Amino acid sequence: MEATYNYKVVRQFAIMTIVWGIVGMLVGVILATQLIWPTLTEALGPLAPYLSYGRIRPLHTNAVIFAFGGSALFATSLYIVQRTCQARLLSDGLASFVFWGWQLVILLAALSLPMGFTTGKEYAELEWPIDLLIAVVWIAYAVLFFGTIIKRKTQHIYVANWFFGAYIVTITILHVVNSAELPVTLTKSYSAYAGVQDAMVQWWYGHNAVGFFLTTAFLGMMYYFIPKQAGRPIFSYRLSIVHFWALNFIYMWAGPHHLLYTALPDWAQSLGMVFSLMLIAPSWGGMMNGIMTLSGAWHKLRTDPILKFLITAMSFYGMSTFEGPMMSVKTVNALSHYTEWNIAHVHSGAMGWVAMISIGSLYHLIPRLFGREEMYSIKLINTHFWMSTIGVVLYIAAMWIAGVAQGLMWRATNSDGTLTYSFAQSVNAMYPFYTIRLIGGVLFFAGMLLMAYNVWKTIAAGKAVNDARIPEAVAA
Amino acid sequence: MDAGLLSSIVTVVFFILFVAILVWAFYGGNKKKFEDAGNLPFQEDPVEVRKPD
Repeated sequence: MEATYNYKVVRQFAIMTIVWGIVGMLVGVILATQLIWPTLTEALGPLAPYLSYGRIRPLHTNAVIFAFGGSALFATSLYIVQRTCQARLLSDGLASFVFWGWQLVILLAALSLPMGFTTGKEYAELEWPIDLLIAVVWIAYAVLFFGTIIKRKTQHIYVANWFFGAYIVTITILHVVNSAELPVTLTKSYSAYAGVQDAMVQWWYGHNAVGFFLTTAFLGMMYYFIPKQAGRPIFSYRLSIVHFWALNFIYMWAGPHHLLYTALPDWAQSLGMVFSLMLIAPSWGGMMNGIMTLSGAWHKLRTDPILKFLITAMSFYGMSTFEGPMMSVKTVNALSHYTEWNIAHVHSGAMGWVAMISIGSLYHLIPRLFGREEMYSIKLINTHFWMSTIGVVLYIAAMWIAGVAQGLMWRATNSDGTLTYSFAQSVNAMYPFYTIRLIGGVLFFAGMLLMAYNVWKTIAAGKAVNDARIPEAVAA
Repeated sequence: MDAGLLSSIVTVVFFILFVAILVWAFYGGNKKKFEDAGNLPFQEDPVEVRKPD
């Protein structure tokens, strides 16, 4: 056993990534449809409340971030840590516990959110019993991950593991602090913080959930799978070290940009804005590092759709990490906040960066987990790539225009100081953009179905690999 | 010591620490070590390596 890698848990999480991706994106499509036809789900009669917009919106965000993104991160981090440390996971039992524990968390979320149980904190809606379960599973994951690093055979800890390590530690702290709450009943609790402190703790959590869950951890994926798929080491290992530390020093303090023009003290708002602007430097350093890995081998992009996924993901990472700091500038934020522009920003990050780097990584990973040389159909990967890319572009372009139009309509005043447009007029202006967004979203979702088919055929032709040998001789 | 002074000290210490990391990362003597580290993902089992990638 000790001479082989544990691929079982990697396989389990890899499959569930696709399953939860399909579920989470389907809920997104339903939400996009509801925004065009608000009474759509009312036809369901007594079932209607469970599918109302307010209840399934957090279901969508939780499903795509923590079920789809989370499973992708578990799969890739547990694969990478073994392969770059040349050691089997610390414990197979603990690995199974992490897998089943996380699936239970997802199941409880999928039940409790449509039933209307929520703490009301964005990305932390789950009620206190589920919060406790998350903490237990997460700490088990931390033990599993760091335990494997401790028993490594290599001298150096590869940079991808540093990114995963930072993500695991930070999410533990964020989750425990932000979920501090006073239970009243089994399904209801109140936050331990009040007023603006509560808002600040929430967005310190919320922004770092983006910073460490959706960025740092997926960068760990990038630092392994781009070199592997390109067949050459990362452009600059030294830059990756600076990238890592710069991100960690700066990200923590950017949270207040979610609370510009609120009751938060002005100095804290400005501090959040300045730190957000500084984030451009490490973000773009990391993006360059990923993309430049292909330097001298650009021709591979023409023929390899997996690399297309990975490199396009880096481009979207660069785009959204430029857009984010811009939106945190107070004057820009005055226009963008509370509009669809935010939705555009979050989806260029979530679909363009997070989903595409995960999809590319999975296409690299799945054949290796099932003893195949490559996926069942490379052509279908290419089709999937174009469906995803066109889908994201339609989605974010529509929401950008919608957001700016919305912001301008809200702030327009007549010469006597009265508002030019009523709120309902700004809602009415959204219809064409909501429709384009739905088309983009459906395309992206359909791409996931195509991926599921491709994976299904690959697995059917292959056989689960449980004897992947750990190299004997270790060169430093 | 008030909170303002403490956070100023922490900020300066973090800044110095970051500069030290920069120097460490780009110090000429470490070049080889980091290049080797960058090759870690390619240290495979010889049986697997023979498979076309």
